[in-house]
Amino acid sequence: MNIVVCIKQVPETTEVRVDPETNALIREGVASIINPVDENAIEAALQLREGHGGTVTVITMGPPQAEEALRQALAMGADEAILLSDPASRGSDTLATSYSLAEMVRKIGEVDLILCGKQAIDGDTGQVGPGLAERLGIPQVTFAIELSVEDGKLRAKRVLDDFFEVLEVKLPAVVTVVKQANDPRHPGMRNVLKAKRAEITTWTLADLEADPKQSGFDGSPTQVIRVWPPEKRGGGKKIEGTSEEVAEELAQAIKEMDIAAG
Amino acid sequence: MDFTFTEDQTAILEAVKEFCEEDLAPKAQETDEAGVWPAENVKKLAELDLMGIPVPEEYGGLGMDFLTWSAVGEELSCSCTTTGAVYGAHVLAVVPIMMFGSDEQKQKYLKPLATGEKIGAFGLTEPGAGSDAAAVATKAELDGDHYVLNGSKIFISNGGEAELYVIITTTDPSRGARGMTAFIVEKGTPGFEFGKDEKKMAFPSLPNRELVFTDCRVPKENLLGRERGGFLVAMRTLGVGRIGMATGAVGVARAALEAAVPYTHQREQFGQPISNFQAIQFMVADMATEVDCARLLTWRAAWLKDQNKPFEKEAAMAKLYASEVAMRTTTKAVQIFGGYGYTREFPVERYMREAKLFEIVEGTSEVQRMVIANHVLRELNK
Ligand SMILES: Cc1cc2nc3c(=O)[nH]c(=O)nc-3n(C[C@H](O)[C@H](O)[C@H](O)COP(=O)(O)OP(=O)(O)OC[C@H]3O[C@@H](n4cnc5c(N)ncnc54)[C@H](O)[C@@H]3O)c2cc1C
Ligand SMILES: Cc1cc2nc3c(=O)[nH]c(=O)nc-3n(C[C@H](O)[C@H](O)[C@H](O)COP(=O)(O)OP(=O)(O)OC[C@H]3O[C@@H](n4cnc5c(N)ncnc54)[C@H](O)[C@@H]3O)c2cc1C
Repeated sequence: MNIVVCIKQVPETTEVRVDPETNALIREGVASIINPVDENAIEAALQLREGHGGTVTVITMGPPQAEEALRQALAMGADEAILLSDPASRGSDTLATSYSLAEMVRKIGEVDLILCGKQAIDGDTGQVGPGLAERLGIPQVTFAIELSVEDGKLRAKRVLDDFFEVLEVKLPAVVTVVKQANDPRHPGMRNVLKAKRAEITTWTLADLEADPKQSGFDGSPTQVIRVWPPEKRGGGKKIEGTSEEVAEELAQAIKEMDIAAG
Repeated sequence: MDFTFTEDQTAILEAVKEFCEEDLAPKAQETDEAGVWPAENVKKLAELDLMGIPVPEEYGGLGMDFLTWSAVGEELSCSCTTTGAVYGAHVLAVVPIMMFGSDEQKQKYLKPLATGEKIGAFGLTEPGAGSDAAAVATKAELDGDHYVLNGSKIFISNGGEAELYVIITTTDPSRGARGMTAFIVEKGTPGFEFGKDEKKMAFPSLPNRELVFTDCRVPKENLLGRERGGFLVAMRTLGVGRIGMATGAVGVARAALEAAVPYTHQREQFGQPISNFQAIQFMVADMATEVDCARLLTWRAAWLKDQNKPFEKEAAMAKLYASEVAMRTTTKAVQIFGGYGYTREFPVERYMREAKLFEIVEGTSEVQRMVIANHVLRELNK
């Protein structure tokens, strides 16, 4: 079974800083990591490979530094890594990103399954996986917590707000994976060393014979007008005094909030 | 002089740190208190290819150096002292087979040790042979194509859980150190049994078992090194083992320092954080300086070993200094925590109990001073 995992490199911090002039994320001084739930997608792919054989190829679209995220995926045990890095891809929204990833998958050729994380912690849209399935014209399963493959069919359990849903789809398909799906492995040191020396295939849009108009700013109907961090919540109230005074005042405050009643 | 790690070493250390932070540290207290062999952690060390760091790749190892092994050991020991101790005891079987084993012995025994498929242990100490290692009385007598072992070892770390044991015996008691011979003995060999598990001041999850040999027949091909070359095997093993003990000591000392510093900022007395008091600041300064010194001595010894230069004196210095630093640093950490440091709410009282081991095991501080003095008295007698 040939599995492709789409990953994204994101800034590590949850406290994102935004440049007020350009509305772009400030990336200086912030470490980059693999989008956390993408690690679950990689783990799911590795487990399927362990059960069924085949290969795991990780792909990403991003700046040249995104190579680092691919190397981490290789260290976890992926067989191959491909980076799409093209200045013309800058500013891609989810529509343009799913276009470029779909072109990458087409160029790879024989692919049975495409895994993505549920959503990325920076953009938080959750749209790239479904968009990719649409672009490729194949079935999709979102929010998968369990997957298994038998006789060319994939069975996946989805987590929804109040219930689970078990779906069966024909392969090839796109599946987005949730955090609870598994516990991503720590890389073995042999793989860490191997990944450092590994050849990372790098493609440009020209290599994909892709339409540059559908990528980057040109291919992105969504435009970010303004990004700003949420307003800081108030600091809360500090109660001081002896233990008894504190307890008394706290009890009073709770009574006033009227939460105990309902 | 260059204090930077190579890119490979850095990549390994980063991966190990992440594993330690996410997997080992959060469960360290539990791992200690359980009082049972930390099987899951040991399995993970194997999965992460950490059990044979300095072993050549052809024998299943990572083909890295002892410096990397030591730097990794510090991370393990700092985040989970118990796991660090297992790792340190395991290498005492790896090293002698790596240094003295024949190719067949390396294929058969070094490989599974290096991959972590099997765990190793080293049996030297006996009731009558502690600091005086040459007093070993476990006897091995040749009988056809086997040696027959009789006698017992005590305190053996990983005992009972390990599958492979390097055992120091005497094949000629009349010749003392020159009559000693080393063997590789597999768990399950008839006549090889496990006795008492010591109840200790610390490390309840680390087994320290008695090994009992009663007419235990060990195949001739399991003789390690030369017959009557066992003292050399033991001393070479302890030489590297001392770097391991120094590493463990640095790890626990660092753990105590890293626990103490945040507490000095949180704890308020006399209307301010105790980190404002110079008495506390000076303790922290001494702790940090001594931990650094201990680490540098340890890494120097490992580096010398990697350069194939003499390292015996330097390993003894590192072991002596690092173990005493561990004792001082953990004691200061308890002091900084005040009454709370004396309770089991915080890990520092455990660190203090654990630190004491390093001043005893693999040559007491007195023995290290004897080794160092032997070198210095000779070297500087011009
Ligand atoms: C937790 C733990 C794990 C261990 N693991 C192992 C293991 O895996 N394998 C193994 O073989 N052994 C192991 N040991 C044994 C350990 O190496 C010995 O305890 C140590 O070498 C000291 O020997 P001893 O206990 O017999 O003390 P002794 O040799 O009886 O020493 C008692 C005291 O006398 C001092 N002393 C002795 N001789 C002299 C001298 N000539 N000059 C000055 N002072 C002297 C010592 O420094 C010490 O203070 C372990 C011990 C412990 C506690
Ligand atoms: C087993 C046990 C039995 C006890 N029994 C009793 C008992 O029967 N009755 C009772 O009342 N209490 C008892 N105690 C409490 C004990 O007296 C306190 O723990 C002790 O006074 C220290 O206070 P603390 O733990 O709050 O430490 P802290 O006062 O928080 O001290 C923390 C650290 O800061 C240092 N420090 C604090 N202020 C300064 C300063 N100004 N300058 C420099 N350094 C400073 C301290 O020396 C210490 O190193 C007991 C404690 C234990 C562990």
